[in-house]
Amino acid sequence: MFHRESGVFKTTYRADMALYPLPIAKWTVGVLALIFIVIVPLTVHEYYLSILNLIFIAIVGALGLNILVGYTGQISIGHAAFMSVGAYTAANLAVRLGLPFWITLPAGGMMAAVIGVIVGMPSLRIKGLYLAIATLAGQLIIEWTINHVPAISGGAQASIQVERPSLFGVSFNTQGHLYFFLLFFAVLAIVATLNLVRSRIGRAFVAVRDQDIAAEIIGIDIYRYKLMAFAISSFYAGVCGVLYTYYFGIANYEQFQLIVSIDYLAMIIIGGLGSVLGSILGAVFVTLLPIVIRILMENIGSLFFTGAEMANVISGLRLGVFGGLIIFFLIVEPEGLNRLWRNIRSYFRVWPFSY
Amino acid sequence: MTKFVRSWLGIAATTATLAFGGGQALAQKELVFGLQCDRTGPTATVGVNLCPGYHDYIALVNSKGGVEGFKIKVLEVDNEYKVPPAMEAHERFKKEGAVLEGLFGTASTMALTKKLEEDKILGTSPGFGTASAADGKRFPYTFPIAASYWSQAGAAVAFAKERLGGNLKGKKIAYLFYDNPAGKEPLPILEDLAKSEGFEMRTFAVPAPGVEMGAQILDITGRFKPDFIITHLFGRSPSVSIKELKGKGFPLSKVVAFVWGSAEADIIAAGGMAVAEGYNGIQFAGVGKDFQVIKDIEAMYKAQGKPVPKELDSTVYYNRGVFIAAMHTEAVRNAIKVKGGAAPTSEEVKKGMEAIKGFTLGGLVPPMEITAADHEGGGWVQIWTVKGGKLVRDKDWFQGYREIIKKHLAAEASKS
Repeated sequence: MFHRESGVFKTTYRADMALYPLPIAKWTVGVLALIFIVIVPLTVHEYYLSILNLIFIAIVGALGLNILVGYTGQISIGHAAFMSVGAYTAANLAVRLGLPFWITLPAGGMMAAVIGVIVGMPSLRIKGLYLAIATLAGQLIIEWTINHVPAISGGAQASIQVERPSLFGVSFNTQGHLYFFLLFFAVLAIVATLNLVRSRIGRAFVAVRDQDIAAEIIGIDIYRYKLMAFAISSFYAGVCGVLYTYYFGIANYEQFQLIVSIDYLAMIIIGGLGSVLGSILGAVFVTLLPIVIRILMENIGSLFFTGAEMANVISGLRLGVFGGLIIFFLIVEPEGLNRLWRNIRSYFRVWPFSY
Repeated sequence: MTKFVRSWLGIAATTATLAFGGGQALAQKELVFGLQCDRTGPTATVGVNLCPGYHDYIALVNSKGGVEGFKIKVLEVDNEYKVPPAMEAHERFKKEGAVLEGLFGTASTMALTKKLEEDKILGTSPGFGTASAADGKRFPYTFPIAASYWSQAGAAVAFAKERLGGNLKGKKIAYLFYDNPAGKEPLPILEDLAKSEGFEMRTFAVPAPGVEMGAQILDITGRFKPDFIITHLFGRSPSVSIKELKGKGFPLSKVVAFVWGSAEADIIAAGGMAVAEGYNGIQFAGVGKDFQVIKDIEAMYKAQGKPVPKELDSTVYYNRGVFIAAMHTEAVRNAIKVKGGAAPTSEEVKKGMEAIKGFTLGGLVPPMEITAADHEGGGWVQIWTVKGGKLVRDKDWFQGYREIIKKHLAAEASKS
């Protein structure tokens, strides 16, 4: 990731597609692992861990959406609904049957995948904006169903409290514990996606995205792969919903409304469609930016405004700056933060002999 | 010892006390309150008036020397009515050592319930969260401190009964509600009361975002023809309901709205006070400017040479902000008194909140009594009616069908 080579020396497809393009990449991963597993949890205040926790959950959701929208080219604005399917499946299993998280979590993902395939069926006949509307319908139907079926929602309040996840008798009930819990699943999701996109399935997804008729002609069963993309993407969303449920200790459908789907779309568009690093950067950017703007304003703003006025100014300014920065980044690099990062890297690849 | 030496010794001693003892005391004498707010999200209409009320009351307390000598510092985080930022806000408050926090939003109240309990920081959620949060034994660190939707439902029926001549037998009541968990929450209470009071109740759900309810209103006024309407709507929808009911010629004096549909903003958006003549709203904090504390806040602004902010005119939400701030400071005051003047911990502040009794702030706060078991404080409400271009108090603090609410709370508690 941070390494650079002086040129392109790859001679085989195998080398080109390797997870670690250079031996030094293994060291980079090792250093990152050391930072996130040892250094960060030991040195950082719990507050910053809680922000990282939110980012980890967002990364899982953003990766899932990027598989569908970025890699396969199927627009979905029902992502949050699939999260709620996962959340309620896991919450019901955990509360009614008392199952541990390592069963409820994949079960939530699987259930979301099944529902995702059903909602994804219109993708076999329509694409683009039409598909967006179909998935929007899916979002609204799922929201309505959860709201009106007490068997799913657990009563009029449509919320189910779950216990903290525990493993070998250790309950993950502090931000520090939850950090490791969520880090594990975020890393798992990242590695799984990296491998998925360089597999046969991943290449089929990209072929479907680039030109589905051409893909069909070269022998890709586009129905199968489109539905598979919906299933995999929804699985990630379901897992993301389960993680939210365990993180907050409650499944509540108001956490998964349409606006959340839009937030996740924003993450992958800002981060970069069709890239794993882009999903991560997008999740970090969208989660962190409002917080950074607020902390900056609290420190600088006190020069200009008094306490009570500031609260109003921060809120307004945060929205304005957030929107402005998104526009700025997308003008500078329409393909997102990931492309920006790659541009920087390729500049330094030949630096200082850039001619 | 000469007089000269003695006086110098005295000065030296005083200086030393001021420098060391006094300095220490100054450094400690600050308490941090966390306030979550929504100034930009879907409930921004509430937040932009409620939160300034909170800040102004705290500023007033600080200008008078603070609570028992402690200055209060308020940290505000705008959570946009979203859950993840609410969690971040809570962790931030915890990091800064907040002794309590004000929550904002039903979903975030529910998402933080567990965390508050684990971190032992009390959170107040007036008008948010579930009715069962009133049960302090089940939810030790969540404090609704205001009438829940169940209590409001009881009060609404009691008010209808009074307006309809003291007997509901054979009468028809329509319940018009926003189709979300909060909207559906009062249903068990209303169904129970319909049985015991002998009235016929029918429910009319308004789907989100609640700006289109022509069909429901037509159904109510044209087909069901009720004697009374209870509405429970949020955001833009209360003003739409006023407009639609007015358009169909239903007398607004036979309509009563829950707490989020009874602010000046809702009535003005419906076409102004003149249009909504007779409209009734339930309130959990006093309305209007006729309170000593509001006059004090105005005086504070005048003393600083600043104009009085326009938020004060939106008295329903502004006063609720003042109400929340007053409850927070009162809880802290109780905790400091128990500790004999030392800075309280968040657990002691919780005990202080549970000791609030007979604190009325000149009528702005209901005569509530918060105990370890009852975090709602009794579910007191007032009814304010639009009369002659302004909101007029129609019914002073009362509790509606308290026994029935208590029965339901006990049933909820036995379920878990």
